[in-house]
Amino acid sequence: MSLTNDQLQTVAHLARIAVEPEWTEALRSDLNGILEQAGRLDDPRLNDLEPMAHPLDQVQRLRPDTVTETDKRETLMAGAPAQEQGLFLVPKVIE
Amino acid sequence: MSTSDTPQRGGDAALINASIAQLRNGLSAGEYTVADLAAVFARRIETIDPSLNSLVSRVEPVEPASSTGRLAGIPFVHKDIFCAKGTRTTCGSRMLADWVAPYDATVHERLTQSGAVLLGKTNMDEFAMGSSNENSHFGAVANPWDTNAVPGGSSGGSAAAVAARLVPFATGTDTGGSIRQPAAFCGVTGIKPTYGRVSRYGMIAYASSFDQGGVIAKSAADCALVLGEMAGFDERDSTSADRPVPDYVAGLDESIRGLRVGIPKQWFSDALDPAVGDAVTVAIDELRAAGAETVEIDLPDADIALAAYYLLAPAEASSNLSRFDGVRFGYRCEDPKDLQDLYERTRSEGFGSEVKRRILVGTYALSAGYYDAFYRRAQKARRLITDHFQRAFEQCDVIAGPVTPTPAFDRGAHSADPAKMYLEDIFTIPVNLAGLPGMSVPAGFVEGRPVGLQLIGRHFDEARLLNVAHQYQQRVDWHERMPSFAADSANDNREG
Repeated sequence: MSLTNDQLQTVAHLARIAVEPEWTEALRSDLNGILEQAGRLDDPRLNDLEPMAHPLDQVQRLRPDTVTETDKRETLMAGAPAQEQGLFLVPKVIE
Repeated sequence: MSTSDTPQRGGDAALINASIAQLRNGLSAGEYTVADLAAVFARRIETIDPSLNSLVSRVEPVEPASSTGRLAGIPFVHKDIFCAKGTRTTCGSRMLADWVAPYDATVHERLTQSGAVLLGKTNMDEFAMGSSNENSHFGAVANPWDTNAVPGGSSGGSAAAVAARLVPFATGTDTGGSIRQPAAFCGVTGIKPTYGRVSRYGMIAYASSFDQGGVIAKSAADCALVLGEMAGFDERDSTSADRPVPDYVAGLDESIRGLRVGIPKQWFSDALDPAVGDAVTVAIDELRAAGAETVEIDLPDADIALAAYYLLAPAEASSNLSRFDGVRFGYRCEDPKDLQDLYERTRSEGFGSEVKRRILVGTYALSAGYYDAFYRRAQKARRLITDHFQRAFEQCDVIAGPVTPTPAFDRGAHSADPAKMYLEDIFTIPVNLAGLPGMSVPAGFVEGRPVGLQLIGRHFDEARLLNVAHQYQQRVDWHERMPSFAADSANDNREG
């Protein structure tokens, strides 16, 4: 299975990563090299195995629905590139 | 912290090679103070690290929170993936180059509560994606044994710092081999615990079903001491294992007589550098000499494991790294023309090539129409590999083999072909797929570059791994060897 340029652009858009034109060909070749290895997963022994999502087959733990964290809005927002009055600033979305 | 006179006894050279237990004894006996010790190691960082680049930030030492904890006064460095409140936490990325952590990782909280003293944050492959530490925004790290060689990755800075005796221990994380492989390349001891043993809270996520924090130190005894302080249940990590932590130090001295050591026959194949194979075989002979029995086991399909990992980990990464959007954390591109442009350019400029490659592979593997062919299929492969381990552990108590197919390679050797670089992880990745604990223990040299012996245990059997590694280290001195330039610097620095 090999990735075409159009597919690469679609995937890049889904991932919100701009791929510079001069990188496209090399990137496509890298990705195809990686995806080529995935061919090993065609092994028929895998057909009937149960997919494994977690190494210990753990179930999700639940906790009581109580407040455990106090408000740290200012501290947590301090790392944002642009903010004002407790809001993240972004370019205008609605005209 | 105030600094008194430099310790007189034996000078810096004795201190930098001392075990953590010896350093604790020296502190308790009043031979030197906590500030003295921090100053000795801070001075080494100052003079030696510029030629290694193992640290991305230095941290001014503070008075330890405990004077009686098992790590009271012991200096250390964090892989720069662990959040420590008020410190810059970059994950090796331009994306977080100026990001200051607003809270402490559980690992940091526990180590500092035990009295450990943070001296800095170590260089790493960006977002822990890499096997050579060449994918860091802050530049490559040199291997202290041979500065033309890579230190391994992704915890390359941590391994290099411990090898050069810049600190007694460092934290690391291991998603596909990122503690064990750099530990092997740098001739130090590293342990990746069972998945869920050490809290992931405050550890920046790469692939959440694989990521696991651990320790890099000079010896198994030091690893045992530190891991005991780091490990344990944490309600803030939803996959943390709720089981008691044994006293890893107490079990170190047990005999390994009668222990069944499994040797995976497929791992000693053409893929393995014969000189590495020889060193590992000699190490296994040493375990036999200590009374262990060896049994040949089957661990096939390493190529399938590799293929599965390089779909699953990127898939998880593509989801985890979606949070870096130029809105909530760190880097943002200049003058975005609209929101779409802001996302795309921020991520294109903020991430390095390898991170982008993996995000794109992961996005593709999870995209409509390909999910079953890639992601689901890879999850089935994960089951296959785990079943192989389960069968192997019916015949043996621990597994021993190589950590890597070759010793440390030259810088730039694999940069042209990412898929080739991935082959470096062929013996470490299966362990992560199964969530098992694994160690790398120094086991000799090939042309001046260190070789590691890998030990793999059953789930939550870290105590046994540490015991086996410690018993091995009672019989050999590979872990006591120090790179010559670090030794020369110790002499240059010596005072008193």
